[in-house]
Amino acid sequence: MTGVPERQVIISGVGRSAVGRRLGRESLDLTLDACLAAIADAGLAPSDIDGLTTWPDIKGELGGFVGPSVAQMQQLLRLDLSWHLGAVDGGNVLGVLAEAALAVSARLARHVLVYRTLTEASAHGARKPRAVLANSGDPWLVTYGVGSTVQFAAMWAQHHFHTYGTTREQLAWVALNGRRHAALNPDAIFAEPLTIDDYLRARMISEPLGLFDCDIPSDGAHALVVSHRDFRRDTDAPVFLEAMGVARPRTSSWAFWPDLDEMAADGCAEQLWSRTTLGPSDVDVAGLYDGFSIFTLLWLEALGFCGRGESGAFVEGGERTGLTGILPLNTSGGQLSEGRYVGFGFVHEMCQQLRHRAGGRQVVGAEVGLVAVGGGPLAQAFLLTNRS
Amino acid sequence: MGAEPARPVPVVDDLTREFWTGGERGELRITACAECGRLFHPPGPICPSCHCRRITYVVVSGSGTVDSFTVVRRPWIDGYETPYVVARVRLRDQPDVVLLSNIVGVDPEEVRMGMDVEAVFETRAQVQVPVFRPTR
Ligand SMILES: [Zn+2]
Repeated sequence: MTGVPERQVIISGVGRSAVGRRLGRESLDLTLDACLAAIADAGLAPSDIDGLTTWPDIKGELGGFVGPSVAQMQQLLRLDLSWHLGAVDGGNVLGVLAEAALAVSARLARHVLVYRTLTEASAHGARKPRAVLANSGDPWLVTYGVGSTVQFAAMWAQHHFHTYGTTREQLAWVALNGRRHAALNPDAIFAEPLTIDDYLRARMISEPLGLFDCDIPSDGAHALVVSHRDFRRDTDAPVFLEAMGVARPRTSSWAFWPDLDEMAADGCAEQLWSRTTLGPSDVDVAGLYDGFSIFTLLWLEALGFCGRGESGAFVEGGERTGLTGILPLNTSGGQLSEGRYVGFGFVHEMCQQLRHRAGGRQVVGAEVGLVAVGGGPLAQAFLLTNRS
Repeated sequence: MGAEPARPVPVVDDLTREFWTGGERGELRITACAECGRLFHPPGPICPSCHCRRITYVVVSGSGTVDSFTVVRRPWIDGYETPYVVARVRLRDQPDVVLLSNIVGVDPEEVRMGMDVEAVFETRAQVQVPVFRPTR
């Protein structure tokens, strides 16, 4: 096997705890559920796990944003680790999946357990919703009333509306498309139908973004076993990593990003496509980050599914992005409807799709899937297949 | 208005003092490279263009344009009653310099993309916070 190192890598198992709103479960309890499920799904035992990583691995629970540390999980499971990474970089999102892939392709580990736990719904239920950036103490933000990433997302949206004529009625289809798929997903938090009138009537959060443009704080843990393809067995149903992109061009700053015609997604997508002979037309199903709806539109353009400025028209009406459309998109419902698992929900769903285990929302014959996460200065993208 | 919580006061350090206090003299002060002369923001100890470490402050015109903005409808920060406008302002002196700021002195509904704006200063404790209003 030649090519980029990540092509040596498979996702051999996936696991998910109970997920939803205000489960009232301990973060560690959810994490153990997801990790044991992923290990069992890979046909392995905990003693087979020799790599371990999560993000963010930092002190404090930050309103349910931070789960158990790598140190704690290693201790509890008594893992003999040949590689580990408790990631602290604030721009990580799914960066730990890329790191795990590098570790197994470098043969530092055979089976890396990657996990991510969120209990934001329970944490927010206990007190006033956390203003993430408001607590950052960053004087360049707080001094000007900037307390949430939604305000940056809104300025990217405003730029797109102004420059390309994109409308709220078009942007709505990111939410509407996700919601109709969520109706077919038993794990989704919001599954009842959403109409364009519901969307347009909802309260504004930061113009032009309203309530349904913002994802839902949720509770739940996800885990993946990332393995070297040499260690797969005939009985496994692996998902193969074809290529990945992790680039962060220009700056790490949300506040001082130089040009709202771009996001880090553009550099990341370019890197992804430079590492594979496949292209946008080969993708059967996509999960594109919808922490804020506008990011999905900008990823569509960055990845070349449509031209610059054309994403509003691309999603409008929902035909192209439905389960039988040219690009089935956010088939789990995405973070807007399934729940906010900060990227891991998209990977979980893509593995279900590529193993043809997605039930009523299965994209028939899906072979190539693309997951791309982040917005603004954050971006990672993974091209996955079920073909060896 | 007296009952409203105060707006945040930024922590000032040696690097940022001139930005936060230039308003005492009605001046918008921006960091510039002593070698290549280019402006940059936020203040830092190194020029992002030529990586020279000699940094100075210069007084700019205070004129700019609204690169993008959002009318904030949900409250996030004490002292900021909704609605208020958060904007990216490009400086006329060097348009690749973007300031994250507020647009004041105008109905939030009246703010437009590309609008010409000028710096004004909001007194908060010992600092003068640069914000922008439509050019008169
Ligand atoms: Zn310089």
